[in-house]
Amino acid sequence: MSPLVLRSFTATSAIGRGLAATLASLHARRSGLAPCRFETVSLDTAVGEVAGVDAVALPGELAEFECRNNRLAWLALAQDGFTEAVAESAARHGRRRVGVFLGTSTSGILETELAYRRRDPRSGALPEGFSYRGAHNTFSLAAFTQRALHLEGPAAVISCACSSSAKVFASARRAIEAGVIDAAVVGGVDSLCLTTLHGFHALQLVAPRPCRPFDATRDGLSIGEAAAFALLERAGDAVDADAVLLAGTGESSDAYHMSAPPPDGRGARAAMLKALAAARLAPHEIGYINFHGTGTPSNDAAEGLAVASVLGKDVPGSSTKGATGHTLGAAGALEAVICALALEAGLMPAGVNTTQVDPALPVNYLRENRSAKLARVMSNSFGFGGSNCSLILARAG
Amino acid sequence: MRALQACIEGIGVLGPGLPDWPAAARVLKGASPWEPTPVVLPAPACLPSAERRRTGTVVRLTLAVGLEAARRAGVDPAQLPTVFTSSGGDGQNCHEICEVLATAERELSPTRFHNSVHNAPAGYWGIATGATAAANSLCAHDASFGAGLLEALCQVAVDHTPVLLIAYDASYPEPMRSVRPIPDAFGVALLLAPGANGPSLARLELAWSEAPADRMADAALESLRASIPAARSLPLLAQLARAVPGRVLIDYLDGACIALEVSACR
Repeated sequence: MSPLVLRSFTATSAIGRGLAATLASLHARRSGLAPCRFETVSLDTAVGEVAGVDAVALPGELAEFECRNNRLAWLALAQDGFTEAVAESAARHGRRRVGVFLGTSTSGILETELAYRRRDPRSGALPEGFSYRGAHNTFSLAAFTQRALHLEGPAAVISCACSSSAKVFASARRAIEAGVIDAAVVGGVDSLCLTTLHGFHALQLVAPRPCRPFDATRDGLSIGEAAAFALLERAGDAVDADAVLLAGTGESSDAYHMSAPPPDGRGARAAMLKALAAARLAPHEIGYINFHGTGTPSNDAAEGLAVASVLGKDVPGSSTKGATGHTLGAAGALEAVICALALEAGLMPAGVNTTQVDPALPVNYLRENRSAKLARVMSNSFGFGGSNCSLILARAG
Repeated sequence: MRALQACIEGIGVLGPGLPDWPAAARVLKGASPWEPTPVVLPAPACLPSAERRRTGTVVRLTLAVGLEAARRAGVDPAQLPTVFTSSGGDGQNCHEICEVLATAERELSPTRFHNSVHNAPAGYWGIATGATAAANSLCAHDASFGAGLLEALCQVAVDHTPVLLIAYDASYPEPMRSVRPIPDAFGVALLLAPGANGPSLARLELAWSEAPADRMADAALESLRASIPAARSLPLLAQLARAVPGRVLIDYLDGACIALEVSACR
């Protein structure tokens, strides 16, 4: 594939609002996970909640999109000059030539969950003011973002569970390569809600303490929330040596089970091999891998085998979910942004919380931060339904 | 801009009074009247029994139309990348989760939860067919068919691969039905390929237009088109049923239509 440049990017999660705070937390090995006090949830678990989301006020012209997910998106769009960079790109290419491809798994479902508590006792009707299109519908996030950024090009939400906002990079690069658009806003936003907290609990996949990916005694995931965005354009020739490129994308399906990976990680392996082929890279050219690394026993075991079989067991890697929690439909974009920061800062971030790396897993798991000039890194994202996506990001020079 | 084009090698349809593509084609070209009987969903025989029990309307609907399109094209579905697109996904499952979460106990079933992901039909499709290529699952509210078609045409053009597009929607129960009144289930599958490998039905080439989308001449079919997002495909299906070249305008996002030049595939 022809590489694309990340002209601007930003992330907001439990470890920080914007890039500077996120990078400072990574340097300090700070986790944003804390005991769950979200809404009325009384589960014994930790969550990665973003502070101040409910205090965010959407401007009046975006009022129909009111919901926690879009408030989190609005908060993130205001960081790091991202909105301004998109405006500049739209001025250059035209509003119709900038696409919007965003990932979310639950969109504004929290509004619906709360509305179901307030149904009319006689008729069962939902309360007045419930906005299906603006809050509930999966597309709400892309409709909101497109309106907030004054864009008029193609738009879609990609909702493939926890691979959603990695896969948006692949769809955006195809639309740019096909000439449908000249630039794309990609990203992911997922916010805390009852469906995922109680759902993962029902599947017995939630850890009681902050998650410990790849630990010998790991016992499940911690749910987080995040919004992360990137502006993709053709790299062309006039790209700074410091710029971060999207060099490769690879997608596959497990065709195995709705909520568990095949134990040998063959679907993950296929996605990584496709990303390497798209980037025309050999496995040894990847200097760091950001694991999907949810912290559940079976996910980490399958991914460890898959990564070792593709990249070898020595490639340094970590899961940043010990810091951010598993941000589900936002995880792909959040971790792509963390990889972009890693490339810029020459930092391989440690996997926090993990104290004893599982000796049964053939991985070089980083428990301490490591400084190194990085040229190319990989990020894995896998989701329910057996949906896999690997991204390769690289420094331009 | 590279021309976004593809040959249609297979079609599958399931909607009210439209039990498969040949029957739908007869209705859409005016050869037989439309009798809008409720959709009858076939049991998903291709799924293992443990999985079959866990499936609802949208999984059965997408398996039915996807397998029909592959079968009519004579293509093994295991070899195909897929693009699923739906406005609302599994509304019944979503409603039942919200009902449980409104109770004091909140005892959510694990199966309900994993079936709640928008890409659940893609997941079951993989289990049923063994397809390990990329599967995408999109949503663009009322523009979901157009968004899925655009994604599929980009894959055909850039990745030079056949792609199976599966667009579907199903109705919500009350109280969601009042705020999103989708009257019945509707699914359509198009097997799109870079060039004609066999008996292709037609060639599509995409352009943009600001003209309003085509409507169905028949008032009842127009009501179906307007009320189910996946049925926004009906003007295209009608053109394909008539098997004549022409230009079709399909609903997309506010203020834009997808224009499709339909011609014979050479």
